[in-house]
Amino acid sequence: MAGLELLSDEGYRVDGRRAGELRKVRARMGVFAKADGSAYIEQGNTKALAVVYGPHEMRGSRSKALHDRALVNCQYSMATFSTGERKRRPHGDRKSSELTLHLKQTFEAAILTQLYPRSQIDIYVQILQADGGNYCACVNAATLATIDAGIPMRDYVCASSAGFIEDTPLADLNYVEEAAGGPQVALALLPKSDQIALLEMNSRLHEDHLEQVIEAASKACKDVYAVLDQVVRDHVHEVTTLLGE
Amino acid sequence: MLTSRTFLKRTRAGAVMKVVREHYLREDIACGAAACEQCGQQPGEPRLEAQPSGAASSLCPAPHYLLPDTNVLLSVITNVIVLQTVLQEVRKRSAPVYKRIRDVIANPEKHFYSFTNEHHRETYIEQEQGETSNDRNDKAIRVATKWYDEHLKKINSEETIQVILLTNDRNNKEKAVQEGLIAYTCEEYIKSLIANPDLVDRLACVSDEGKEIESGRIIFSEHLPLSKLQQGIKSGIYFQGTFRANRDNYLEATVWVHGDAEENKEIIIQGLKNLNRAVHEDLVAVELLAKDQWVAPSSVVLQDEGQNEDDDENEEEKENTLKSSVSKNMLRPSGRVVGIIKRNWRPFCGMLSKSQIKEARRHLFTPADRRIPRIRIETRQASTLEGQRIIVAIDGWPRNSRYPNDSAGDKETETEVLLLEHDVPHQPFSQAVLSFLPKMPWSITEEDMKFREDLRYLCVCSVDPPELENGNLEVGVHIADVSHFIRPGNALDQESAKRGTTVYLCEKRIDMVPELLSSNLCSLRSNVDRYFCMWYCHIVFLFKASLTYAEAQMRIDSANMKDNITTSLRGLNKLAKILKKRRVDNGALTLSSPEVRFHMDSETHDPIDLQTKELKETNSMVEEFMLLANISVAKKIHKEFSEYALLRKHPAPPPSNYDILVKAAKSKNLEIKTDSAKALADTLDKAESPEFPYLNTLLRILATRCMMQAVYFCSGMDNDFHHYGLASPIYTHFTSPIRRYADIIVHRLLAVAINADSTYPELTDKHKLADLCKNLNYRHKMAQYAQRASVAFHTQLFFKNTGVVNEEAYILFVRKNAIVVLIPKYGLEGTVFFEEKDKPKPNLSYNDEVPSLTVENTTFYPFDKVKVNVMLDASNIQHQKIRMALVEPKVRHRLYNAKQHIIQVS
Repeated sequence: MAGLELLSDEGYRVDGRRAGELRKVRARMGVFAKADGSAYIEQGNTKALAVVYGPHEMRGSRSKALHDRALVNCQYSMATFSTGERKRRPHGDRKSSELTLHLKQTFEAAILTQLYPRSQIDIYVQILQADGGNYCACVNAATLATIDAGIPMRDYVCASSAGFIEDTPLADLNYVEEAAGGPQVALALLPKSDQIALLEMNSRLHEDHLEQVIEAASKACKDVYAVLDQVVRDHVHEVTTLLGE
Repeated sequence: MLTSRTFLKRTRAGAVMKVVREHYLREDIACGAAACEQCGQQPGEPRLEAQPSGAASSLCPAPHYLLPDTNVLLSVITNVIVLQTVLQEVRKRSAPVYKRIRDVIANPEKHFYSFTNEHHRETYIEQEQGETSNDRNDKAIRVATKWYDEHLKKINSEETIQVILLTNDRNNKEKAVQEGLIAYTCEEYIKSLIANPDLVDRLACVSDEGKEIESGRIIFSEHLPLSKLQQGIKSGIYFQGTFRANRDNYLEATVWVHGDAEENKEIIIQGLKNLNRAVHEDLVAVELLAKDQWVAPSSVVLQDEGQNEDDDENEEEKENTLKSSVSKNMLRPSGRVVGIIKRNWRPFCGMLSKSQIKEARRHLFTPADRRIPRIRIETRQASTLEGQRIIVAIDGWPRNSRYPNDSAGDKETETEVLLLEHDVPHQPFSQAVLSFLPKMPWSITEEDMKFREDLRYLCVCSVDPPELENGNLEVGVHIADVSHFIRPGNALDQESAKRGTTVYLCEKRIDMVPELLSSNLCSLRSNVDRYFCMWYCHIVFLFKASLTYAEAQMRIDSANMKDNITTSLRGLNKLAKILKKRRVDNGALTLSSPEVRFHMDSETHDPIDLQTKELKETNSMVEEFMLLANISVAKKIHKEFSEYALLRKHPAPPPSNYDILVKAAKSKNLEIKTDSAKALADTLDKAESPEFPYLNTLLRILATRCMMQAVYFCSGMDNDFHHYGLASPIYTHFTSPIRRYADIIVHRLLAVAINADSTYPELTDKHKLADLCKNLNYRHKMAQYAQRASVAFHTQLFFKNTGVVNEEAYILFVRKNAIVVLIPKYGLEGTVFFEEKDKPKPNLSYNDEVPSLTVENTTFYPFDKVKVNVMLDASNIQHQKIRMALVEPKVRHRLYNAKQHIIQVS
């Protein structure tokens, strides 16, 4: 059996996108009323839900409180039905714990935590359907949810992945492309200032190519930013028109 | 626009999984036509000509683009639209074709355009419920054609360009016509081409192949169940035998039939279908073919070079080359494999040859042993495995696959490969085995002395001097008594019986017994040690009576033969010469085979020089006495145990074996008589030519190839004891118990015969002994092969360092498409092929009567002197082999004018 051709000679990827194109992004903010902030995002077949509580008083052990800034508490989980085969545990495994840490780092860099000393911000994200780029979808969803919660941030945090196949950087990998085992870069960017909140790479990539791949990823992040920004503006517009009635 | 493709997939573990993939449909995919203004053209892409000039066709005089379906794609012209659907299908079916098409598409002069119809918004279609993917693809092709048709009509030009669908599938064509498309079969279209009548010739073979290629194509006939096979064997329809693949020709094999059917001892199997998935060494059931289908063993060298399993178009052609021109009397019983009684699959060593498609997960594995077919391996780590030696095991061989399927593998070193490939047990000795070794320091006990004669008072030198006694000579051949240390039945004994022999490789020795025994207790060492060891030797046999002829002469010398070792050695040497002469007079053969010795670099262990081995006179002297010792021991044990003595025989070869030697000699005007060993030896001695001193050696080398293999056997199971090569009526191995297990058994037998030891049940069971002989014979053969392979490997290393050299060589054999040459300087043998890949075939004609091969205008006879160019061919995947090419005489290739066809896709 011949494996899948990830990038055809005509320049199309398995799902018909060109190398630099994103999957279709659809997002909504304020999906839950009870949480302080919430958002739902679809990036292709990857679907994620993010909920933000806070900033509020420290819960649980008060000793963890930071005297000069807020504590960002994250939890990443995957719904048991999110993958082709049913998952056993939604969270708590090594992979989830790692992604939880990544999320925490990302949002500590983006949220203006020093405004809320000795308090806590909770960000819960759940992957409802996994089809590649889980971390990126989570970051994007969490950004929207944080904005929905009204927590001040330096900038949007937009994340996108990029791979490198046949000397071409591919933006926003889907599951098939991820599973092929090539190099993969996940980038979380503060798009306006071009600051990198998190950069992670899997597998081996030649140093010479790194720049192009990061370039492709940051371009994708900025594309994501455009979409997210539109979503936020639409949401605000919707809310204000409702208030106006 | 976004749709999704959902399908169910079975995972390797067998679970069914639902896979959902996104599928984006686009509006920006260009149609590729140069005249089209609606689609933005991507710069740099080869596009279809605005006014397709291409080939004029009588069927459709209007300018047109062609749109072939999958089966037609092999044979097309310019201005072609290749649909993605079609491309993907081609990719799945045949990697080489896919690669060719890709190359063509990349060539801008061809005006090929690949249209990504699957992602085009208007040409994508869903697979409907109950529709096969084949039907769906056909529909997709028609939809795309329709789209093109309508799309091209919108181009503003005086003449609209048509799109013609080419398909050989009648259904597809009918449906296309119903939908109002222009569709032709390939045949119709090509016949209509005005400019190229010669294309129709090409077409003839195409339409033959036009039969539907189904994915589940069956190549082999089914194996019969075991019960049916047994029935068949009982009733004599089928024959049971061991399958032996031909080393030189992968399409040919022989089956050695077990049992007593005299005339059908060996059945030839030719052709992939008849071989029917049998692998070397399998136990198979064979059905004889009718007499008119019998074939002769071919002398063609064929190697399975096909890069991919789909390359079987050439297969038939190759099979035909086997059948060409054979005289009636050469025909041998031929058959076909109907079933496998017992598979004899073991792990095979070799290398991975990567598939041409880079994402492919199925690759072919090329075993180191050429008799093993290539094995298909499924792995994602092809790039890591590439270039490494791996071991694979065969899982199964389905009927529709040319190659068997495998399971996983890992790396091994070169020598490991060699040892494994020749089934040489080479693991270190286990604790259980080592526990039976004597404790060091070791000394002789009183008990041991009981059955032994104390010879410590004698002056014994290691090349034992003769003693005068009653006017006769007593020459003692003292052999270390290994059987004293290896007691029957214990782990040490079992292990050495399993190993059978010590294997000598170029830089390594695989011992049969642990080192303590082989290089300490049982070897002759410095003064003291030697003393002890000699002690333990079971001495001695007297050949008083046999020396009558020598007696007189020896007596003359005896006057000055006192204790002086030098003089006694000289005497011994003389004695040995007399013995040798007598042996040769009896008709013993002196044969020769070139042996190579390497000088190793002491640090890197790379071979730095290479020379053929020379025999010294002392070797010959010791050898003579060894032979004598072996013969007399053989006589002794056979006398004592006529039913279960372990002996060694060398059967006389059947006269037909000598054909090649006699014919070759005849071509040099020499006569070789082969009716008896004596006649052969004599004529070989006489066969000399003053201007060609090496001829004699060459003849002897050839004669060696005619010989049968010498084997161990149990005297109770056979009645022919004759040793042909040594011209001795009886023979055994006694003199090297450290490195041959047979000698240990002979020692034990001898010990019992002289009441020095007691017997044990296995020793006197002739069936057990026969089994043992079988194992020993097998191990000896394998050891020999391993040795040769090791030499070959080191020769490669040597030539890797030295680079390309031109050397003089002699032709040993002449084959139908190659000559086998020997380079005396290195004792290296190699095959020179005259056909080269990608080059026109030279005109070859082979003469069977006087073996000779005429290439163009040059004729080659055996023993001709040629000059060859030796180099290391590292391009092959089974990497590095020595390749030889002819330098002198030069063979001039005829200039070949390839017809300029427009069809170059094929």
